Amino acid sequence: MLPSNQTLSGALQQKGVNRRRFVKFCTAMVATLALPPRYVAQVAAALEKARKPVLVWLQFQDCAGNSESILRSSHPSVLEVVLDLLSWEYHELVMAGAGHQAEAALERVVREEKGKFIAVVEGAIPLADGGVYCTIGGRTAWDIARHVCGSAAATIAAGDCAWDGGLVRANPNPTGAVGIEEAVPGAKVINLGGCPQNPANTAAVLVHYLTFGELPAMDQFNRPLFAYGRIIHDQCERRANYDAGRFVQEWGDEGHRKGWCLYKMGCKGPQATFNCPSVRWNDGTSWPVKAGHGCLGCASHRFWDTRSPFYDRLPTVPGFGADVTAGEIGLGVTAAVAGATVIHGIASAVRDRMRPPASPEPPTKA
Amino acid sequence: MARIVVDPVTRIEGHLRIEAQLDGGTVSDAWSSGTMFRGIELILRGRDPREAWIWTQRICGVCTTVHALTSVRAVEDALGIEVPENARIIRNIIAASQYVQDHVIHFYHLHALDWVDVTLALKADPGKTSQLAESISSWPKSSRNYFKGIQDRVKALVDSKQLSLFSSGYWGHPAYHLPPEANLLAVAHYVEALEFQKDFIRIHAVLGGKNPHLQTYLVGGMSTAMDPNEPQATINPERITFLEELASKAQAFVDQVYIPDVLAVASFYRDWFGRGEGLGNFLAYGDYPQGGIKDASRFFLPRGVILNRDLSNVHPLDPKNVAEYVTHSWYEYSDGDNAAKHPFQGETKPKYTGPKPPYEYLQTDEKYSWLKAPRYEDMPMEVGPLSRMLVAYASGHQEVKDLVNGVLKKLNAPATALFSTLGRIAARAIEAQLMARYVSKWIGELGANLGHADLRVHNGEKWDPDTWPREAQGFGFHEAPRGALAHWVEIEDKKIKNYQAVVPTTWNAGPRDGKGQRGAYEASLLKTPIADPERPLEILRTIHSFDPCLACAVHVVDARGRRYLVQKAS
Repeated sequence: MLPSNQTLSGALQQKGVNRRRFVKFCTAMVATLALPPRYVAQVAAALEKARKPVLVWLQFQDCAGNSESILRSSHPSVLEVVLDLLSWEYHELVMAGAGHQAEAALERVVREEKGKFIAVVEGAIPLADGGVYCTIGGRTAWDIARHVCGSAAATIAAGDCAWDGGLVRANPNPTGAVGIEEAVPGAKVINLGGCPQNPANTAAVLVHYLTFGELPAMDQFNRPLFAYGRIIHDQCERRANYDAGRFVQEWGDEGHRKGWCLYKMGCKGPQATFNCPSVRWNDGTSWPVKAGHGCLGCASHRFWDTRSPFYDRLPTVPGFGADVTAGEIGLGVTAAVAGATVIHGIASAVRDRMRPPASPEPPTKA
Repeated sequence: MARIVVDPVTRIEGHLRIEAQLDGGTVSDAWSSGTMFRGIELILRGRDPREAWIWTQRICGVCTTVHALTSVRAVEDALGIEVPENARIIRNIIAASQYVQDHVIHFYHLHALDWVDVTLALKADPGKTSQLAESISSWPKSSRNYFKGIQDRVKALVDSKQLSLFSSGYWGHPAYHLPPEANLLAVAHYVEALEFQKDFIRIHAVLGGKNPHLQTYLVGGMSTAMDPNEPQATINPERITFLEELASKAQAFVDQVYIPDVLAVASFYRDWFGRGEGLGNFLAYGDYPQGGIKDASRFFLPRGVILNRDLSNVHPLDPKNVAEYVTHSWYEYSDGDNAAKHPFQGETKPKYTGPKPPYEYLQTDEKYSWLKAPRYEDMPMEVGPLSRMLVAYASGHQEVKDLVNGVLKKLNAPATALFSTLGRIAARAIEAQLMARYVSKWIGELGANLGHADLRVHNGEKWDPDTWPREAQGFGFHEAPRGALAHWVEIEDKKIKNYQAVVPTTWNAGPRDGKGQRGAYEASLLKTPIADPERPLEILRTIHSFDPCLACAVHVVDARGRRYLVQKAS
């Protein structure tokens, strides 16, 4: 690949970013990754030394929602991600080149950066009928995925379609679509579920990789624990209302206007893990439950089939025993335990804040 | 005669391939092909119609929201639901902000590099760039030092030899005409627009929970509860103030950056007022209801059809006259592929007969695309901002006439110049300017309703599926940023029986029909001069001027269909 002496701190200085802002950025990354604050210096040191690694972003059976999501990245900004942290050599949605010049850029990375570059995949990969349902430059997505991800140091599956086939794979899966792990067995993959992925998590994974030289600790689905280790319901700002038995009964009713629990409107928060309530979206502005709609469980495995119908309420309630429904809780608990549950709600919020981060130590020393 | 292929066409949503025949340095024929297929409508079969919008929104993440809005409108039409005024206003705000967001990103991040040579910015004099900036706009970021800083950044990037996204551009191509200072100005605004879009779109985060893929639509209204006295309400006075701030920043950016930049770039490329014309037929469903959804006479952007560039006559539009061909698409119809079908009678059986990948060329005299070919009264149509602005202009929409005439006067160009590649760019910018104003205006209306304690956001009369008829069918439409969009839904026993979408980019990027008539892209490329067949920049200019969105354009529409065996050629 193109030889380079460019480092991140050098790049940041050339664009006029001072040391203080750089450290602030590192601090934000450490917080997202749930690392103890002493790692700020380590992250900063690693990034300062790092030559810009090469990244290619592949789009297959996608909607470009994950690309758009990364364009909304705030900390770091999209410019820092695309120009300063990394050398972003291929990305159909935004790259300057087209046609065979674009294909040549991708080929050059695979050839000259073999085993060193990062691949991001967005969209599912259709395997049916020889892969004719997605071709780029006359080649199938499957062919390109094996060629590129098979040569990458690591592959990030951005969004559900690249993780588990997503919506494209939902029943009856007309094109035989799968995620990248199934399409390219043996590739080193980290899955960032969500529809779309949250850019704060994607950036954090990239920074972790640049800092420690490997991917962060992962769960059984190869999702990073820092983002997918906790249940949404346990982090939800409306949780105290649930504990107090205060539920929205109809769209726009008094409870809805007061921000009560959306469980009865089909919210899947009790069965979903994601850091959506804490990281939120669009520079921390909001998230779906804050905007008055139930969680879809969009970061859950095969959620399109496993969490729908989206307006049906979950049959069981965690924490109250499997045979008690929320309807019963709503009726029974509201009157009887009203005062106590308010206190319980506050206590659980405090407890959640004091809970140690999911991964107190990084998986590897730099 | 030479055949050139552009695949992938980048800086678009989705997977588009263009093949063009060159004859003496100009395009003598062209074929447009969508090369990806998912089958989302097939996946919708048997699901709850109230959640169809959640699924269809994922047809596209660039024009997020548009399929969600169209879908809830289709289901509301089927079930006879009127949404409360607040829901109408919130939907209009979301849709109009999507125009501003999409149009800004399109111009700066998807299209500008066809006109701007980033490497030439290095040769610019930052002082003269500052003078240029101040001569065309009062935008405050215009000092010599500011442009010097941007130039230093570009220099650092070039010196690092890691050009990132800019590594494979057609830099140095003879068709780039901007002076170095204009290039530097454009690069600075490319960067500013990137920052602008992520800030502005927080309007959608407030009203939709997140962007992309908002999560607050409901059949019957919106989930954004309103209350003037509740801090936990999604819409309260504090949030209204926040929305107003974002909207007013958007107006400033569009008025002081986007519009002046479009005028400046256009003034150096005046020959593109005579290129990329295309069909001359324009269709718009119209949108932004000011009352009931069925009262098209009160849409803020009017409905109609213009034929053969005749601006003196706007024809009425009836969705019954829309039909789709598959003659050159990888599908088959049960009664033959040469007749068109209305979406309610539509069927889609995928049948790939193209070359076996990897391939070099498509068989363009046979089937060659995953897009169907929609027609209105058997005629191909162009849709999008240019169609909307022309229909509004020709219908006597005073604000649109004033804005269009103002731009034409500044460019010293006649109205007929709009039928062109540059015309599409100008129409899109004018529309962004118009809609940015109305984002502010409608936020004001929403705030007023909040003050008057008019808090209804949802009509729940038909929320319970037990209240529905056994069978129903509905039509939903929206003028998406890229043009006329419609969904047709059939409901039976509380489930989706059939779902169909005819999408802007299907109109524009679709292949030939049963009569051999070209689609809008194909027609627009004819006679385009190509300076360097190895680097067909001119093709990108015209195709990008439509703002393609291929993910939207390809879809299965037959819920009764199953996957059919693919007949592999060769």
